[in-house]
Amino acid sequence: MNETFYDKIFKPKTYTLSNGKEVTKRASRTPLILLIVLIVTVISWEVTNVDLSVIRTRGNQFIVILLDMFPPNFNFLDNIWGPLFDTIQMSLLGSIAGAVLAIPFALLSSSNIIRNRVLNGFFKLALSILRTLPTLVSALIATFIFGLGTMAGTVAIFLFTLSYIGKLMYEHIESVDMGAFEAHESMGLSKVEAFRYAIIPDILPTYLSVSLYAFEGNIRYAAILGYVGAGGVGLLLDERLGWRDYQSVGMVLLILMLVVFVIERISEYFRMKLT
Amino acid sequence: MNKTIQVQLEKEPNRKLYLSTIGLILTALLVWSILGVNITGFSQRGLDIASNIVLGILTPDLEFLLDFTSGGGVPYLLFETIAIAFLGTIFGSFLAIPISFLMSPSVVSKPVAFITRLVVIFIRTIPSLVYGLMFIRVTGPGPYAGVLTMSLTSIGMISRLYVDVIENLDRGILEAMTSMGCTTYEKIRYGIMPQLFSNFLSVTIYRYDMNLRDATILGLVGAGGIGAPLIFAMRAYRWNEVGSILIGLVILILAVEIFSNKLRGKLVNG
Repeated sequence: MNETFYDKIFKPKTYTLSNGKEVTKRASRTPLILLIVLIVTVISWEVTNVDLSVIRTRGNQFIVILLDMFPPNFNFLDNIWGPLFDTIQMSLLGSIAGAVLAIPFALLSSSNIIRNRVLNGFFKLALSILRTLPTLVSALIATFIFGLGTMAGTVAIFLFTLSYIGKLMYEHIESVDMGAFEAHESMGLSKVEAFRYAIIPDILPTYLSVSLYAFEGNIRYAAILGYVGAGGVGLLLDERLGWRDYQSVGMVLLILMLVVFVIERISEYFRMKLT
Repeated sequence: MNKTIQVQLEKEPNRKLYLSTIGLILTALLVWSILGVNITGFSQRGLDIASNIVLGILTPDLEFLLDFTSGGGVPYLLFETIAIAFLGTIFGSFLAIPISFLMSPSVVSKPVAFITRLVVIFIRTIPSLVYGLMFIRVTGPGPYAGVLTMSLTSIGMISRLYVDVIENLDRGILEAMTSMGCTTYEKIRYGIMPQLFSNFLSVTIYRYDMNLRDATILGLVGAGGIGAPLIFAMRAYRWNEVGSILIGLVILILAVEIFSNKLRGKLVNG
């Protein structure tokens, strides 16, 4: 047992068993973890001005808004369809384009396919940096470059999908058993043929299931992108919340919930089939 | 191609019809979405802005980026974002504990678990920005609204992952303890708690990673953190400031991701 700094301060307990053997039990780390969490909590509490009494005195405001959403305004339904389809189209196009472009990115990042450290490192770093940018932030930047509208949202979703699928795929490709590939090669197949028959059947189900999962999540993200002007139902939410037309907000949320639920069920069904 | 391989490969079941149907549906969806999205190329103005952003990232406002003393620099804004995400995650994970027990079929009866599940789905579907706007009416704009939003939005995912932990508890340990004559308290303290604690912690750290990303966007509605300065800087075309904020954001999120992966690896491996 190698002693760490912590063990030197809090000595491990030593028990003597009935057969005379001595075993040591390390002091628990739990108090240390709890102490750190407590200190960070107190600091965060100060920084963010959290004041629990506000919840008691004004918390009803939150429920008031929630109750104002009922009953949802069904007459608003006609205004929802357009932006709703925009949202779905944005996430579809962004997801498909991102998923397709993720393949070359993933291959270029995998050290067992492309044997070039510099190239691998560059693409891995590019994927990591892309992934850190929250979708809403990239959508905000995209609205400045492409103008307000669905194009900006599509670009934001495309970038996120590319980085997300790219990362998961290169991790999977790097863990693929290369034995089958070598076996095909030794039987006289070319590298491309060996790749087609040995590697692709291995990674295809994962690729499809990850893509479906990304699409599922993208619908949720796409719903808020309108907030920065990138098209879709987010635009409606922003507008109606601004006008305090909560019954219409309720209707938008209700439809959104249904759509997300249906798409999740469909995608879950296909993902179950894939695995 | 070698004959023997050819024969082997042809044994693969033929699913051409199935695959081509799916391909057809996908193509149809793709065409539909291309028609729907207003595809615009780069306009001259857009190109200018894009190059300005790149220029801003290459020549960030260093004074703003490295201003550790006052309350307006990037370090403080990032610190505030970290604090919002942290407190939100803590609140959310505590709130998720009772909910996750109410959601696991092995603890409560099936109808109760189902109803709780529905409520959680309901909570999860509302986008965090909407919660943000609603909480601003309660607390006024500022980081406090962000904390409350984070707490509510984290409940959904945390409790779902907690349920998995609870369902996968190793019951053999409890049976062994029963046969040794342990009391209920001892069973919970030594049989259940140690199993739950590290797994719950791992889930919570994972969610913290996600909350940090979400906390950056809450600023866009005025709920504190680094989002608001970003949107102001962009609207005012102060690209050097935009560059500083983006650099800070990328470094912070990368650092937290690496750190949390290390920590979770340690927790899982004991």
